Amino acid sequence: MKEGFRQAMAWLHTWAGLIFGWLLFAIFLTGTMSYFKPEITRWSQPEVPVRALDIPLALGKAQDYLQRNAGDAPNWFIQLPDERTPGITVGWRGGDGQRGFIRKTLDAATGAEVPTRETRGGDFFYRFHFQLEMPYPWGRWLATFAALMMLVGLVTGIITHKKIFKEFFTFRPGKGQRLWLDGHNAIGVLVLPFHLMISYSSLVIFMYMVMPAPILAGYDNQDSYFNEVFGGRDLVAASGEKAPMQALPQLYARLLAQAPEAKISWLEIQRPGDRNAQVLFVPDGRERVSVQRGAGWRFNGADGSLAWSARPESVAGIVSGGFYGLHMASFAGPLLRWLYFFFGLAGTAVIGTGLVMWLGKRQVKHARSGTQPFELRLVEVLNIASMSGLILAVAGFFWANRLLPVGLEGRAQWEVNLFFGVWLASLLHALLRPGRRAWGEQLALAALAWTALPLLNGLTTGQGLNHSIPGGDWAMAGFDLTVFGCGLLFAWTAAKMLREPLPTARRTPKAARTPHLEAETN
Amino acid sequence: MKSTAAGLPLSYRLAVASRCLAALFGGYALAAMAGVLLSQWLPLPRADAVQVGMMSSFLFYLGAFIWAFASHSAWRAWLGILLPSLVLGTINGLTYWVARP
Repeated sequence: MKEGFRQAMAWLHTWAGLIFGWLLFAIFLTGTMSYFKPEITRWSQPEVPVRALDIPLALGKAQDYLQRNAGDAPNWFIQLPDERTPGITVGWRGGDGQRGFIRKTLDAATGAEVPTRETRGGDFFYRFHFQLEMPYPWGRWLATFAALMMLVGLVTGIITHKKIFKEFFTFRPGKGQRLWLDGHNAIGVLVLPFHLMISYSSLVIFMYMVMPAPILAGYDNQDSYFNEVFGGRDLVAASGEKAPMQALPQLYARLLAQAPEAKISWLEIQRPGDRNAQVLFVPDGRERVSVQRGAGWRFNGADGSLAWSARPESVAGIVSGGFYGLHMASFAGPLLRWLYFFFGLAGTAVIGTGLVMWLGKRQVKHARSGTQPFELRLVEVLNIASMSGLILAVAGFFWANRLLPVGLEGRAQWEVNLFFGVWLASLLHALLRPGRRAWGEQLALAALAWTALPLLNGLTTGQGLNHSIPGGDWAMAGFDLTVFGCGLLFAWTAAKMLREPLPTARRTPKAARTPHLEAETN
Repeated sequence: MKSTAAGLPLSYRLAVASRCLAALFGGYALAAMAGVLLSQWLPLPRADAVQVGMMSSFLFYLGAFIWAFASHSAWRAWLGILLPSLVLGTINGLTYWVARP
């Protein structure tokens, strides 16, 4: 840190990137997948039939079902179908305290319960992206801190690369280390605004949790702040007096008369069947970029009058909601969504190339001796397990989704167990095999597992590409084609890894096998 | 930062560890205090000022990280983070005390 500002920043970039790179790679990859969360869930639950979208019909069917099956529950939840989610999801608290939550998927046209396979689908990757399968709130804290380190990495990266625009047009393929550096810089700079936005917005999303000091300085507690900003959503008390509830399609029509552009995705019905019943309609936030948290309309269930609606937001609310919306991209149509997906992949690639480069630079120093110090081997193993291992684990999840018996007890958890099991196996494999071989073998297996997914889907569900493409089922076909394309990419990288000889293997003088404890910090 | 791993003196390693702690904990304190200051002094409705304070605080955290590793010594890293945190904290404390006696 005596060598000047830029060198110090390069040092910080290097080490922050190394320590958080593995975690950030997983966060970025699963986050990128989450832009297609409904499509992944749709693929994971092929039993749910796709129906023409009819919100009033779906509302009526959901109400019928809940009336029959959960008439005594204190509250109901309804997630409505949309262009990307074919079924209705209903939920209610079923007696046994916090854990007694029951969730069912219904056919959007008939209201009949669909016997779907138990799976977390796209929600697993979405939750992993910011909770890392860790207990609350530790996963969220860690993921948010990783986002801060991504921001640190980006800013220090910009400072390090003085000639950022000149370097952007520099690409030297076939030159080993230089290729990785040029790729890292080119991808990093090309989507820099996306990278900055996505890292900073993750901090804004969790600011209420990680930076509560401004709230606590101005309010008695966090709840009073949330009530002021978002309006209270506490469960209303039951009167104990029965009153028939208004039909939900009717309330929906009344809502549309008030707010014709509202697109409702979520309903919460409190105290159904009671005189105090309340129906909360929550919009899906797709009509504009800025998402208003706490938006919605609440009707009295018994007489159908509007009890409450969210206030218009302040500018500060629109800005913080804007970061939320930009991150989640719920406003994005198909084209922009794909763009988000590729930007997310670019972010993943910047992290991956950075990790590869850290190691490659240092391995060159040991090329002659043919041995590498422990710390380099450790980084190598972690690089392999965190990148190709994760890719294998994702495939493991999807294979488990298709192959585990539908009636298996705790099936959804078994899918997750297999995801982590495959990931652990890839770590063991990386420990046992030399670096380049491990990369090649894992990527080759990943290529096989990913390219075969459409075939597996076709064989196990009868909804393969030969049905989905002629039938115009683009969610199903899009998933199959995307995983196939990814598989081809993995095959190409695997071939490169397996074909090229180890650059160190040719010149290994046996006399020079003394371990060099040389490490460069930049 | 050209040096060999074996030859790195212990004092250097301790200084790096110290800078990390300054960035991590000192940086958080600075960010929180800056966020509170903004939330109390911005001429906005209270709820909005709180939001702006929280959103801006991360930029101070970022700045603290950069300062912690850019300054000439670990001592200066701590000084440059803790001193402004203390100043902001004092102002915040006084403001809080005046507002809620």
